[in-house]
Amino acid sequence: MTSVDRSERNFTKILTISAIIIIVLLLAVFLTLVIASLPSIKTFGLKFFFGKTWDASAEKFGALPFLVGTLLTSFLSLLISIPFSISISIFLGEYLKEGPIPTFLRSSIEVLAGIPSVIYGLWGLFFLMPFVRSLEVLFGTAPHGVGILTSALVLAIMIIPFSASIGREVITLVPSDLKEAAYSLGATRFEVIKNIIIPYARSGIIAGILLALGRAIGETMAVTMLIGNSNFLPTSIFSPANTMASVIANEFAEATGITASSLMYVGLVLFLVTMVVNIMGTYIIKKVSIEASKEVT
Amino acid sequence: MKSDIRGRIIKDRIFKSLVTLLVFVSLLPLLLILYYITKNGISVINWEFLTQLPRPIGEAGGGVFNAIVGSIMLIIISSVFSIPFGITAGIYLSEKKEGKLCNIVRLCVVVLQGTPSIVIGIIAYIWIVAPIQSFSAFSGGIALGIMMLPVIIKTTEETLKLIPYQLKEASLALGVPYYKTILKVILPAGLSGILTGILLSVARITGETAPLLFTAFGNQFMNYNILKPIDSLPYRIFYYAMSPYPEWHAFAWGASFILVVVVLGFNLIARGIAIKWKVQF
Repeated sequence: MTSVDRSERNFTKILTISAIIIIVLLLAVFLTLVIASLPSIKTFGLKFFFGKTWDASAEKFGALPFLVGTLLTSFLSLLISIPFSISISIFLGEYLKEGPIPTFLRSSIEVLAGIPSVIYGLWGLFFLMPFVRSLEVLFGTAPHGVGILTSALVLAIMIIPFSASIGREVITLVPSDLKEAAYSLGATRFEVIKNIIIPYARSGIIAGILLALGRAIGETMAVTMLIGNSNFLPTSIFSPANTMASVIANEFAEATGITASSLMYVGLVLFLVTMVVNIMGTYIIKKVSIEASKEVT
Repeated sequence: MKSDIRGRIIKDRIFKSLVTLLVFVSLLPLLLILYYITKNGISVINWEFLTQLPRPIGEAGGGVFNAIVGSIMLIIISSVFSIPFGITAGIYLSEKKEGKLCNIVRLCVVVLQGTPSIVIGIIAYIWIVAPIQSFSAFSGGIALGIMMLPVIIKTTEETLKLIPYQLKEASLALGVPYYKTILKVILPAGLSGILTGILLSVARITGETAPLLFTAFGNQFMNYNILKPIDSLPYRIFYYAMSPYPEWHAFAWGASFILVVVVLGFNLIARGIAIKWKVQF
């Protein structure tokens, strides 16, 4: 065997090994979480998801407050962000595709996506918190300032770039002959958007929203700083709470024994939920772009 | 229908103005955030802020030098670990293209990309912090490295796929061995794309705090030992922001200003590289 052959073989081996390492890495992440949370899984089982109390001193752990907290913050943030992100998608994908204003808009959205989450948290503490507090005074509830609404507002700002950029991409994929056919029949732009573009791009837009949801569920720092760190079941959108991610961030460093194991159980659930959401979103996008490329050719 | 044309046009106009309005409203938070960071941040930043260590509360002055050094060290550790793996895995995906293993790896990359950063923090804690029984820069670097991997793999794969097959065929036809073709022809041709990916991934992790909470932890003193806890800019911002002292809040804004400039700088350079040395044939 010549030295070239040997290098050749080593090279392909290295490539394959590094690819396998990626798979092993992910499997190891999953298994580590499962093993680390085993004590908690054994003790609490599926009741973990329905238990309302999270009490480290009594060693009683139920994750329902965090599940509710995560659902409320992420869906509220989606609700707030969807009108904005769809508007941006339509504006950049249909109304103004080229020129200085769209370029400016696109780079602004990129900047928005690039700002670190801890800075969103800091800004939220000094800008959104007083704002929400005055709202709470207006509604006559306890003026915490921090809580689900504050976190959802900041999350909404953070996820707009994701759904907006994917939405824009799928809207530009809409075949122009379809749009032109509608225009030639006398449709207005609004009618074209409502009856042609949105239905055609629907699944892609939904995929973008799913990916944004995945991000909102897993987002940690900004939420940890703004949600008020309360382990009780939230009673309204103003109440302080904890999400799955924020309770880990708040308590993991000091946790030992079954508390740590329960937190890792929460981490395992978080991992699986974001995994499902992300795979679904990516799968839909792939399908949409394959269909679009088929139609062009 | 004819009588309704006016109504339809009005509807069209209303819709267009609504969309435009919402677009510009969604720019508002960005402007506010940048305004707040600049307004509160710039006044704090001076030479002392950049070169001194933090001081206990009550003592005036001090800075975030240890956090800057810590962040740089974390970036280096995570890059050393993730860049070689990321690039080789990316080459594998672009070379093999189809196949079961390839699809599984691609799926893993998607899942890894979407994994919440706090979960990666837990993993690094279990793998590294618990066995050596100390928070460490090393564990933080590994956590951040895992976060860099998917970005590098994806951009490497996508860049190398753009390189035309003829280039490879020409090289192979001249009798150049396969591995040399990849290393000396394909990789250099896609270098700018790969570099862009690396810079984007560095930009992504420079601002990450969650995986550092229980890995690199934080340290108000200077530390160069990678097996000891280390400070970082995002952690310092978090620590100062959650404190009750207005002086520390001001420091948090100052550190935020530096962090935003660095992160946006990385993004800008990445974009510049992508535009200037575009991979095109």
